[in-house]
Amino acid sequence: MLRNHFAAAWVIMRRDFCAVIFSKTFIFFLIGPLFPVFIGAMAAAVGSQVSRDIDNPVIGIAMPAHQGDSLVAARNGLAPKMAGFVPEYTVLERLKPGETFDARTVLASKGVKGAPQLAAVVTGTLDKPVLTGSSERVDQWRGQIALIAAEAGAPGPRTFPEVTEDKIATTAAKQHVDLAVTAQAGQVLLFLLTMLLAGMVLSNLVEEKANKIIEVLAASIPMDALFLGKLFAMLAVSLVGIAVWGSVYGVLMLAGMKSIPLLATPAVGWPLFCVLGFLYFAMAYLLLGSLFLSIGGMATTVREVQTLSMPVTMMQLMVFFFASYALARPGTWIETASLVFPVSSPFAMLAQAAQSPVLWPHLIALVYQAIWVGVIIRVGAQLFRRTVMKSGPARGRRGWFRRPAELPAR
Amino acid sequence: MKIEPFASFTGTPVLDNVPSQELAIEARGLVKRFDGFTAVDGVDISVPRGAIYGILGPNGAGKTTTLRMLLGIIDPDSGYRRVLGHERPTEVARRIGYLPEERGLYPAMKAVEAIAFLAALRGVPLKEGRRRGQELLEQHGLGYAADRQIRQLSKGMAQQVQLLGTLVHEPDLVVFDEPFSGLDALNQGKLERMIRSLAERGTTVIFSTHVIAHAERLCDQIAIIAGGKVPFAGPVDAARDRLRPQVRLETRASDGPWRAAIPADARHEGRFWFFTLPESGVEPLLRALIEGDAGILSLSIERPGLHDAFVSIAGEAAARALEESAQEEAVKANQKRGRR
Repeated sequence: MLRNHFAAAWVIMRRDFCAVIFSKTFIFFLIGPLFPVFIGAMAAAVGSQVSRDIDNPVIGIAMPAHQGDSLVAARNGLAPKMAGFVPEYTVLERLKPGETFDARTVLASKGVKGAPQLAAVVTGTLDKPVLTGSSERVDQWRGQIALIAAEAGAPGPRTFPEVTEDKIATTAAKQHVDLAVTAQAGQVLLFLLTMLLAGMVLSNLVEEKANKIIEVLAASIPMDALFLGKLFAMLAVSLVGIAVWGSVYGVLMLAGMKSIPLLATPAVGWPLFCVLGFLYFAMAYLLLGSLFLSIGGMATTVREVQTLSMPVTMMQLMVFFFASYALARPGTWIETASLVFPVSSPFAMLAQAAQSPVLWPHLIALVYQAIWVGVIIRVGAQLFRRTVMKSGPARGRRGWFRRPAELPAR
Repeated sequence: MKIEPFASFTGTPVLDNVPSQELAIEARGLVKRFDGFTAVDGVDISVPRGAIYGILGPNGAGKTTTLRMLLGIIDPDSGYRRVLGHERPTEVARRIGYLPEERGLYPAMKAVEAIAFLAALRGVPLKEGRRRGQELLEQHGLGYAADRQIRQLSKGMAQQVQLLGTLVHEPDLVVFDEPFSGLDALNQGKLERMIRSLAERGTTVIFSTHVIAHAERLCDQIAIIAGGKVPFAGPVDAARDRLRPQVRLETRASDGPWRAAIPADARHEGRFWFFTLPESGVEPLLRALIEGDAGILSLSIERPGLHDAFVSIAGEAAARALEESAQEEAVKANQKRGRR
């Protein structure tokens, strides 16, 4: 009986897989991830240009003749040794004795020749510098100006002590943070890969209903075999996609391109982390997929599927946020909940793999998640039979607990 | 002309004298309600193995719902069913072929692939399914369309492909829901021949239709469904025998002692008399006509067709259903008034 179930699921899986892979639109599925990359690159380029054009503030200097130049020289000398961003200094005016400078008027005017990004002006003297600018800028640069003015006001040779470097590989705190970063990166990747799922799985049964073939399928094979076949077909399709993108990434790496930042080695090591990542991806896909397939099965038209897409995507985001939130709260009930809650469990367990070298919980988690996949498929198929195929008794014992009626006496 | 003895028929017949193992389908008291509406209300059906069995009924009578319950697509709210000896029809799905009323195939599939897919659903390996599909398409003059996508075929051709897909796994039981709808006269004839040849090979064929002529030509037994109930189930002849034969008599004389043998409600048009054959049969009538010197010019006794029997049985059942529903409504209304 079980063999027949799997054989039927295999027939459905083969049909769906071939239908997707050999469709003309599959190429769009393959190149789909390039769109966000392309858009992201464009946005970054534009953003960087805008940043260069707009966010490059300059501090103007209006001081007695030699003091302004000294301040600029001190800035240039100290800037490489100072942490953080040190804006450019430019001399606006070398004041003659008794001459004053109206910094407020200059800052209020649309632009100053030679200093279009003028953000603040330093007037007064090196002993008593006056910094004029917006509240944030004044707060930001007050200390810097004081330091540079002090350096400019006490010229002469000055030596900075040589710092002897004693670098260690990492600290416990840094290691913890690094592993958390790796865990989060794994979760993000898992989330991005499963994100592809919603639209694809939601609309999976609409084709059968629209083509009226659902009736033949329902008469030929168990409904859970249909669900299982469809689910694994989409998993196989996504694996094809991952294999293609993975290959492209591999080629780019071989070609010498560095496209991702280096992450700390996960607690279980990279090879095992990759294996667990694959398994948890499959589980996340199957768990969310079975849920979405069940929800999408209720929809009868493409329009209804479109209506369902938004809440389903939101649901995926919530699961991801929940797992990410739990990552930052180790040892709390939130972490336990994220491990136990079936759909967030793969995300939470992948994070565990990054942070803890213990392996046996993964075995339990994978079995636990597989059981949930089975349960969701079973419930989804029953729900589909009852609500869409209009099956099932109107009252009385239902589903698994229902016995066939007795043969009346003849 | 030989006149069949009249069957006295009451109640819903089940083939009680046929052992269960000789029945392809046995259903008792099947009930199905949808949102308070009773679509099927206590249907009993017994289909012998190897028979051609017709389920007749007007639109909305509950034919499709009954078939869907028999196939296990939907479960009955109550009642019992046994298909090919199994209480869960899905357990024997591989031995059943089903052509639903609303035909459907994947439009992008090639004809031969569609047949192979339907075969695979019933447990036939894909390669074997393709081989059989190609063979069937060629046998039925559709070999040239084997590699065409379903969407490229005409509606009738696609329907034939699905029909072949229904039979490709050589099932023991074939269920057709309105198989003749959408087919032209030539293809309807072809389908009738196919159904006969299936039965000759021992396959049980059960089909629903509201076109009585097909059932009359093909079926060994029928069940008439009306208002979700089965007012008649049994051999086609038994259905026809529920109506008395109609007599058309032409006499030279217009009056005489023979007139007493003619039923009082007979219709008289010129020299012709039209009436239902009396229960006493044709012999007393003939004797009275001859002895009374009626001068018989012509006499024909016409046995009612299945169509007439169907109209009578289904009409009565529909009227009864209407009456029952009106009574139920009246009871409900009274109860409402009482509550107020």
